[in-house]
Amino acid sequence: MRGDPVGLNETLEQVGLVARRSVRRTLSQPALIIPTIVFPLLLLAINASGLGSATKIPGFPASSYLDFSITVCFMQGALFSAITAGTELATDIQSGFLNRLQLTPLRRVAILVGQLAGATTVALLGAVVYLVVGLIAGVKIESGVGGAFLLLAYAVFVAIAFSGIGATMGARTGSPEAVQGVFPLVFAVFFLSSMSMPRDLIAIDWFRTVATWNPTSYVIEGLRSLVITGWDGTALWRGAAVGAAVLVLTFWAASRALATRMART
Amino acid sequence: MTSMNGNHHGIVVDGLVRTFKGDIRAVAGIDLQVAPGEIYGFLGPNGAGKSTTVHMLTTLLPPTAGRATVAGFDVSSQGADVRRHIGAALQEAALDLFLTGREHMALQGGLSGLSKADRTRRGNELLERVGLTEAADRKVGGYSGGMKRRLDLAMALVHSPSILFLDEPTTGLDPQSRSALWDEVERLARDDGVTVFLTTQYLEEADVLADRVGIIDRGHIVAEGTPDELKRDIGGDSVEAIPADPHDLERAAAVLSRFGEPAAHSPKGAGVRLSQGAEQLAAIVRALDDEGVTLAHLQLHSPSLDDVFLAKTGRSLEGAGGEDEPAEEPVPAPPPTVAQGSERR
Repeated sequence: MRGDPVGLNETLEQVGLVARRSVRRTLSQPALIIPTIVFPLLLLAINASGLGSATKIPGFPASSYLDFSITVCFMQGALFSAITAGTELATDIQSGFLNRLQLTPLRRVAILVGQLAGATTVALLGAVVYLVVGLIAGVKIESGVGGAFLLLAYAVFVAIAFSGIGATMGARTGSPEAVQGVFPLVFAVFFLSSMSMPRDLIAIDWFRTVATWNPTSYVIEGLRSLVITGWDGTALWRGAAVGAAVLVLTFWAASRALATRMART
Repeated sequence: MTSMNGNHHGIVVDGLVRTFKGDIRAVAGIDLQVAPGEIYGFLGPNGAGKSTTVHMLTTLLPPTAGRATVAGFDVSSQGADVRRHIGAALQEAALDLFLTGREHMALQGGLSGLSKADRTRRGNELLERVGLTEAADRKVGGYSGGMKRRLDLAMALVHSPSILFLDEPTTGLDPQSRSALWDEVERLARDDGVTVFLTTQYLEEADVLADRVGIIDRGHIVAEGTPDELKRDIGGDSVEAIPADPHDLERAAAVLSRFGEPAAHSPKGAGVRLSQGAEQLAAIVRALDDEGVTLAHLQLHSPSLDDVFLAKTGRSLEGAGGEDEPAEEPVPAPPPTVAQGSERR
């Protein structure tokens, strides 16, 4: 794409305009926000009551399964915001709104980054709610108040990284239904990780191998370390590195998909 | 004529081609020119290649071959320059149902590079112009089809473009909304000197609005000219006379034959294509009266653009929709019945 003569300031302003619209749109759709917040909490309640005895397994890293599994909410929240990012972009393609945007001097990067603002807002809202509900339910954050804030920031960062997957799918398919149809597969990938059990305690060999190779495991473990361990540099570093790699990769893919979609001369 | 932003160039298209997957030639080499300040009607059935042409001229779709300049800039190599000079309301009326009319204007103004103050001023001005001031703070989801089209038009005008592309602007609108939109388009061309490239599948729309019309069918332009020229090409007005007494039919036909060639008529009447135009009508009435033929009905028919389409393609415009335009472009709703006969501009 030949870039329009737009400088950095203009690009930032464009990002702001598209982001504002994206947030406004998202907040107008409770159907996007409520499941993101309610579903992970529901699953947490079920897991914490049903799998509580897992803590009795020798070597289990936490004394409360609630502490162990609260981070799963953040991951699910990230997944929901990825779906939001994908369906929102696909909706704009389907309705012709992207064509409207393409006729302005808007840059592709501004569309991509700005469009994710809505999904990021949902992720942030969700993360705050999971944290507050968790604290009320008795979750103890070993890394303290600073760790709790880092947890929120980390969760939003992960959500943005995963939103790139949604945006790629949205841009490639141009169909919100297709995006929603593909996401159960992504969900399956999430479950084949150390989400419900520490990797070294997974008894089934193939599952343990898959979980070890699954990048999601390291992101979860980074988040979880803040709750159950305290300040664990290795876990945090690994999680951040994997998150950053996912971010770069998915945004590169999304940008390419969007370039194909935006064939303007 | 000089346009709102002083651009003196119109549209020049030379051998433009667009091929899609499966070797479908949606646009098969078209040439056309639109002068600054002119309203050009691009008329054709569904799938004729109208939208593909508009997408190429608005830089959204690269041409496969040929060349086009819009506002003096090449659509293939100077896309950004073209976009700065054009406004477009495309077929989809792509609006965000969760945003208000005012928010749409602010977004469009901001993305077009207007300052915050200008965004507000220009937004309010255009909302008033298209009659949406009162509805400006309502979400677009609650707008009628006509209101959406008007907002779409207002958004296309935010940056004062010199050339406006309207892709089937009135498809699916009720007659009142269509007429309101026509008035606005006419005003833009007349008062502000905006060049308008308008696609339509409605004969009436092209007839009422366009200074010149290009008829496209299966990717080819089959006829071009002013609506009157096109109609004249296939013959002038015709008159049909139905006598009160069926026995007078032969005498009536004999009288009419003095005024020109025979024309289509109903079984109960006689018809003649007027060699010198509608002025002959009074003489025909007098001649029939002199012969003592009492008339039950006398009707003047003007040839319609449908007659032109029929003459050029052998098919009627309505129901002539092909399936050769690619699925990437939404197919508009079927056209409402268009009254034909003697409406004139």
